[in-house]
Amino acid sequence: MAISTKGQAQGAAGPGGSGGPGGQGGPSGPGGPGGRSAAIAGLDSLELAQQQGGSRSARIARKALRAAWPKLLAIAIVLVAWQLFYAINFHGDTASGLVQAPWPTLRDLGHQLEHGQLWQAIGDTARTAIMGYLLALVIGTVIGAVVSRIPPLRAAVGSIISGLQTMPSIAWFPFAIILFGSSVSAILFVMVLGAAPSIANGLITGVDYTPPLLLRAGRTMGLRGMTLYRYLILPASLPAYMAGMKQGWAFSWRSLMAGELLVNIIGQTSLGQLLNANQDTQDLSGAISIMIVILIIGIVVDAIFSKADLAVRRRRGLLDTAATA
Amino acid sequence: MNLTQRRGAPPPPASLNGTHLADAAGETDVDAAIRLADVSKVYGRGPGAVLAVDRLSLSVRSGEFACLIGASGCGKSTLLNMVASLDSPTSGLVETRGQRVSIMFQEPALFPWLTARKNVELAMRARDVPKQQRRQRADELLATVHLSEFGGKRPHELSGGMRQRVALARALALDSDILLMDEPFGALDAMTRDLLHDELERICAERSLTVLFVTHNVREAARLGDRVVVLSSRPGRVIEEYPVPRSGPRRIDSVQVAELASEITDRLREEMSRHGN
Repeated sequence: MAISTKGQAQGAAGPGGSGGPGGQGGPSGPGGPGGRSAAIAGLDSLELAQQQGGSRSARIARKALRAAWPKLLAIAIVLVAWQLFYAINFHGDTASGLVQAPWPTLRDLGHQLEHGQLWQAIGDTARTAIMGYLLALVIGTVIGAVVSRIPPLRAAVGSIISGLQTMPSIAWFPFAIILFGSSVSAILFVMVLGAAPSIANGLITGVDYTPPLLLRAGRTMGLRGMTLYRYLILPASLPAYMAGMKQGWAFSWRSLMAGELLVNIIGQTSLGQLLNANQDTQDLSGAISIMIVILIIGIVVDAIFSKADLAVRRRRGLLDTAATA
Repeated sequence: MNLTQRRGAPPPPASLNGTHLADAAGETDVDAAIRLADVSKVYGRGPGAVLAVDRLSLSVRSGEFACLIGASGCGKSTLLNMVASLDSPTSGLVETRGQRVSIMFQEPALFPWLTARKNVELAMRARDVPKQQRRQRADELLATVHLSEFGGKRPHELSGGMRQRVALARALALDSDILLMDEPFGALDAMTRDLLHDELERICAERSLTVLFVTHNVREAARLGDRVVVLSSRPGRVIEEYPVPRSGPRRIDSVQVAELASEITDRLREEMSRHGN
């Protein structure tokens, strides 16, 4: 079996073969250290060149246009449908003055924003929304963090969490009102019940799906216990955690609206209460105005969550570049 | 142990200090950096248990570059995990004399939320290196792997070869004496791989690292190793060792590497056909 090794030693050694380890004494040229680093630099730039293209401002403009037109089209469709509904005079509602055309209604909304209680109502609702959501965020995060670290708890609490998520939040209101009375606490309670499970679930999922390879890498780097958690597991679970936060927001916003319609709090003006008042006075335009405000708040907050989510995924290269370029 | 090979190593050139000379007297070597003695690893219990590694003995001398090669199922990754203390042997002894061990995988396993530089820095964080020093060391290590300009890039913005170089820089940041490599270049194209072979050889020699390098690629093993260790499959044990006298840089396309590679390939085929019957 012993064939060529001797020959190899002699062949490769040559006069310079006794140079230092790693062969600094070896031949230069394309194989030498200098040519090598140049070759590496060239290869690097060749590989990266494919990932660029187009000027930055042109790309942004194209992207803005592409993002804007579906939204503009959606608004146009709604306005046209509304105008048609008005023009058809369904059920005689237009003739009786119950249904108004889009433009007068929007003017009415503008008027309310200038004078009425609308801003105060938006403020009140926003305050409850933020309070309830933050509460849910803290509770959901604590539960998620604890449960993901303790396996036996994970199985049990996992089922409770999925159970809670299937329960429509509005069904909690009688319970909450009996327990807390007609107060903001009742609304906050239901908001937390709606949002916290999603947030906890997101975090647990993220921890569960931390790539095992990264865990191995982290352990060989000496990350243990809390440092492993802080520098590896938590950042690795961020995308799933954020998805949970986004879903949690959607649940808490729905719970809040249901709560404001159901729970009549004295001394507070909220969007839900304005909507209730419009129902009582048969003011369809007023109700539509409030609904538009609710819709816009929902869309804006959702867009913020989506943006954050997208930013995280882009930073990690989790986006298909062809789809987003 | 099946040490059939003791082929004529030429007299050691003085400047090598013997550190890079293949001398297959592994298991009795007192200055072994890695010593595995009668190591077995069983996964599972009862009738379903799988013997992944069977009474394997192997020593890697300090500063030696040892390549492990074998067909699938030879327990190569299990072996590396045990040396890295990520797994413990069912029986037998794994010794690294308290030296620091770092490991590189086929995947770069970089943290995608950190830039290349921060990835390298994080490796030093667990060892409480001061922040200022971390940054400086990370820049030095990135320069070592020719990535000075790319410290601010995130892993997904880099090519496969560049990512693997960041992973190498990160492994070096641990200041370990032993570097374990689990098919680190397996996913790269041949041209990039050749360049990285040269780089790895230079870096390991500069730092006199002890390397245990697992690969499927026979030529790669013949190109890089001071010694090529062939493992059997299922269970894994050492069936053959090929010392490779080192005297200056080798090229993967050289006749010597090709001849050794075909010799090893023949031996591997023989081993594989044993399983076919």
